[in-house]
Amino acid sequence: MSRIRVLVGTKKGAFILTADGRRQDWEVSGPHFAGWEMYHLKGSPVDPNRIYASQTSGWFGQLIQRSDDGGKTWNTPGGEKPPGPEDFGPPKGESNRFVYEGDVGTHKWYDGTQHPWEFKRIWHLEPSLTDPDTVYAGAEDAALFKTVDGGKTWKELSGLRKVKSHLWQPGAGGMGLHTIVLDPTNPNRIYIAISAAGAFRTDDGGTTWLPINRGLKSQYELPDPDADVGHCVHRIAMHPSRPGVLFMQKHWDIMRTDNAGEQWTEVSGNLPSDFGFPIDVHAHEPETIYVVPIKSDSEHFPPDGKLRVYRSKTGGNEWEALTKGLPQKDCYVNVLRDAMAVDSLEPCGIYFGTTGGQVYGSADGGNSWNAIVRDLPAVLSVEVQTLP
Amino acid sequence: MIRVALPYHLRTLARVNEEVRLEVGEPVTVRSVLDALEAAYPMLRGTIRDHGTLKRRAFIRFFACKEDLSLDPPDTVLPEAVIRGNEPLVVVGAMAGG
Repeated sequence: MSRIRVLVGTKKGAFILTADGRRQDWEVSGPHFAGWEMYHLKGSPVDPNRIYASQTSGWFGQLIQRSDDGGKTWNTPGGEKPPGPEDFGPPKGESNRFVYEGDVGTHKWYDGTQHPWEFKRIWHLEPSLTDPDTVYAGAEDAALFKTVDGGKTWKELSGLRKVKSHLWQPGAGGMGLHTIVLDPTNPNRIYIAISAAGAFRTDDGGTTWLPINRGLKSQYELPDPDADVGHCVHRIAMHPSRPGVLFMQKHWDIMRTDNAGEQWTEVSGNLPSDFGFPIDVHAHEPETIYVVPIKSDSEHFPPDGKLRVYRSKTGGNEWEALTKGLPQKDCYVNVLRDAMAVDSLEPCGIYFGTTGGQVYGSADGGNSWNAIVRDLPAVLSVEVQTLP
Repeated sequence: MIRVALPYHLRTLARVNEEVRLEVGEPVTVRSVLDALEAAYPMLRGTIRDHGTLKRRAFIRFFACKEDLSLDPPDTVLPEAVIRGNEPLVVVGAMAGG
């Protein structure tokens, strides 16, 4: 029977939740890296026991951790062993060296002035679909880094910051590159999203990039609501069978594109609020999508104190509330952008974590939910691995 | 031998349980001690001082002999008691209480 491994990053460590394919009885391991902010953990699709983790701290900066045994043990790639007498190799400890290429440049600051780029942390790690040693990393301040040696060294794909980056600006949570979507049919095509710069696409493996924000409207956030860049995109999701179709949770608005981002249209429909953070696609139904409406950008909690996942089986516009097993009163948690994921079992499993420390799972496509754990630190990210 | 006391999270990262002892050539300064520390424990590179600029991270402090050395230039020679190994150079994560 297949197994499920849920990788949970929290404000104070990482947790790994495992279950068999029934997804009823869960084992919890952790905290791993107790006390550290774990922004994101994600396994390699090629080698599921290879897991990368972003470990960060306001005191000690950024670290990258790697497990080669499914999360039982961890090492900092390349720096795991103090050099002994037999070790005459070059200095190690480069796995947390994220250096912007060339002139660091400036971006727009909150007050409209220009502000120099400063590396703060890695928000998101996206392992390659074909090579376990290749990983993309999304940084705050926004930039895309890549390793091809299993995380030992990282190099910026600096062409991205040539796309009007002087107009990019931090959102309330910082100017993070938080979304990296790899096209499974075209290794040269990558989509990324940045708060608050927008969505971008490369068709040449990351050398050059295009803003893909046509159709997005930010009438209260930008002087030109139709601007090329500057939109606060919160999350993009794609079904692997249709890599040209993307779904977006923007700051406000749910959007979709059917032509790889050339044009977006709004599909918020009957949602109680179209503000929110995560968005995801059902593993087997490419027109079935999930969001978690949040009341507003000023009030980061569900409308009416009811935690509701909304599902559209029509690719947007028509939404139904999924509430069975979720708190329907006095609930004021948030669900962050990287904190929702789906497994690939039948029926599809959906998982999300909250800032209140709950991780909810549904083993029936969202019809009903159970809290796998209730009392973790605030959840920053949730990823799922479906294991043979 | 120069003694260095690390904060909890960096001891965990370096997989040491107590003070670190390092051979450091003269002059014994914060810079030369950190160079030796990072050579012996490369996983600590970037955690105490920035990778590129080697500037002390904002929330890191250096204490020795009941003195705060954080703002001293990094090439300042450390106190004799540290050089003799009688006292450790203490790396401290700035207090963040509530």
